Amino acid sequence: MTDAIVPSRSPAATHLPAAPQRVRGYWGSVWRRLRYDYVTLFCLVLILIIVASAVFAPELAPLDPYKSSMAHRLKPIGYRNYLLGTDEQGRDMLSRLLFGGRVSLSMGILPVVLATAIGGLFGVLAGYYGGKVNTVIMRTMDVFFAFPSVLLAVAISGSLGGGIVNQLLTLTIVLIPPLCRVAETATAQVRTMDFVDAARATGASTLSILFTHVIINVMSPVVVYASTLVSVSIILASGLSFLGLGVSPPTADWGLMLSTLRQSIYVQPWVSAIPGIAILVTSIAFNLVSDGLRQAMDVRS
Amino acid sequence: MWLYAARRIVLTIPILLGVTIICFALVQIAPGDPIQNLLSPTASAADAARLRAAYGLDQPLVVQYVIWLGKVLVGNLGLSIANNAPVAGQVLHAFLNTLVIALISVVLAFVVSTIFGVLAAYRSGRLADRVITAVAVFGISVPPFWLGVILVILFAVNLSWLPATGMGASGSESFDYLHWDDFKFAIMPIVALALPPLGIMTRTTRAAVAEILNQDFVQTLRAKGLSERAVIVHALRNILPQAVAMLGLQLGYLIGGSVLVETVFTWPGTGYLLNKAVLTRDIPLLQGTILVLATAFVLINLAVDLVQSTIDPRIKRS
Repeated sequence: MTDAIVPSRSPAATHLPAAPQRVRGYWGSVWRRLRYDYVTLFCLVLILIIVASAVFAPELAPLDPYKSSMAHRLKPIGYRNYLLGTDEQGRDMLSRLLFGGRVSLSMGILPVVLATAIGGLFGVLAGYYGGKVNTVIMRTMDVFFAFPSVLLAVAISGSLGGGIVNQLLTLTIVLIPPLCRVAETATAQVRTMDFVDAARATGASTLSILFTHVIINVMSPVVVYASTLVSVSIILASGLSFLGLGVSPPTADWGLMLSTLRQSIYVQPWVSAIPGIAILVTSIAFNLVSDGLRQAMDVRS
Repeated sequence: MWLYAARRIVLTIPILLGVTIICFALVQIAPGDPIQNLLSPTASAADAARLRAAYGLDQPLVVQYVIWLGKVLVGNLGLSIANNAPVAGQVLHAFLNTLVIALISVVLAFVVSTIFGVLAAYRSGRLADRVITAVAVFGISVPPFWLGVILVILFAVNLSWLPATGMGASGSESFDYLHWDDFKFAIMPIVALALPPLGIMTRTTRAAVAEILNQDFVQTLRAKGLSERAVIVHALRNILPQAVAMLGLQLGYLIGGSVLVETVFTWPGTGYLLNKAVLTRDIPLLQGTILVLATAFVLINLAVDLVQSTIDPRIKRS
């Protein structure tokens, strides 16, 4: 990266002791690097817009997303006041898209948050205590790594059945093992550092060492990794909904909309593709932001 | 070498056991009592108990698991609820269909991603790098089933170049991949499957090649007057172990993760079978398919590790 040292303007200054510079904290330097990463910033704004449009869907939606109309089924984009056309039951696509974002975004973010908390906790415990605790936790996680994530999601969700709670549960279980592994690796590194020994020497309790020294330091790699999982989670969730393992039909959800509109690709191909574009854009935005975040938080660069 | 291989194989056994435990648990977490579905509404509690005993469902879970595992080990995966046919036969038949398109997809993705990765690393920051990076991000971010729908819209609905779904008139029995009329049914599933691994592998290759090109020995190679083509060969040799690992992992992901793409194209593989099992709530079929796929994934990973250790002797020492 190009931002390591700001070259001094005057050549004479190089011979003098460096002027006292303001010491930047870790987050300060992360932000300084992020500020010039326009792609990441753009995607960050895009995510804010997408989230806001889902949160304020009731205010923004031009029409009722559940009101079907047999007379206006499968109308093209821009038909009368249906900005994005209508679906197979004559419901307004734009309104459904806005409302669908509520479920789809929740299914991208909530499982990651839950899995970060649970997987992170197990990982920290495994990494900090080592030995038997580590063996039990990490070997259990290894078994889950024996399943490709899509397969594990379909397996659990297929057994539990559809429904939004089951979907949330499934995605959380699927995301726990990788987060646990990242947290374990990071903790094992931190554990051997001198400041942890120093804290122990001063008589700090295990709990306070874990919270004030270990978790703080493990947080940043775990959070960066978790941010890459948001788009994974969105795609997995939409896939499950596509298979009928998500919300039940009248509710709007991008994956489910794709699934029900699949029958209509011969009538209105491009209207049928719209929910997928929403998933794609959201997923790209999250991917690029997590890339940018990882680069900005990487101390080596 | 043999010590490493033996160790690695032995370590696979507990993983496989864990896989069977999870597959066994799938039936346990499924809501509803299987016995209730078999009984007539007028059956008494005594009838229910008798039937439960007949199916061995009155035994403790551990005993049930051991009995089930014994059957699995001799290849008996139970009967499918939908058509009472043995699950094992259905899964194996479908598995072959999945394996072939997964193999073609992953090889396609591997070749293209290697070219892309090397090109992007050489042209770092230039237009080619940006375009390739964009393609890679698209591949990683795109929901593969939606990509399938788009392909169908473009090539089947609008252009009518390719058939939309299925395996064609000859069906999966006499499907001939070397025959164009058959193969064209496989094209869109292969492309839809190949894009996500293409994205991931391109990024990894790009990063690996860029790192190698920064190393001192590359400078030495150039300094002693090697042509750039020979330098690339040196760089590629260095990323080979990593590439093999990626290839195997992605193949495993494709075999296990093709459920959505196969559903879109009604390609009669394991993914389509899974979808059928989910829709009809055919839990034995679901369980058997998952077990076979997860076992295949574990064995592929094992094979990758063994191949990798023969290519790269450094791995054995760690």
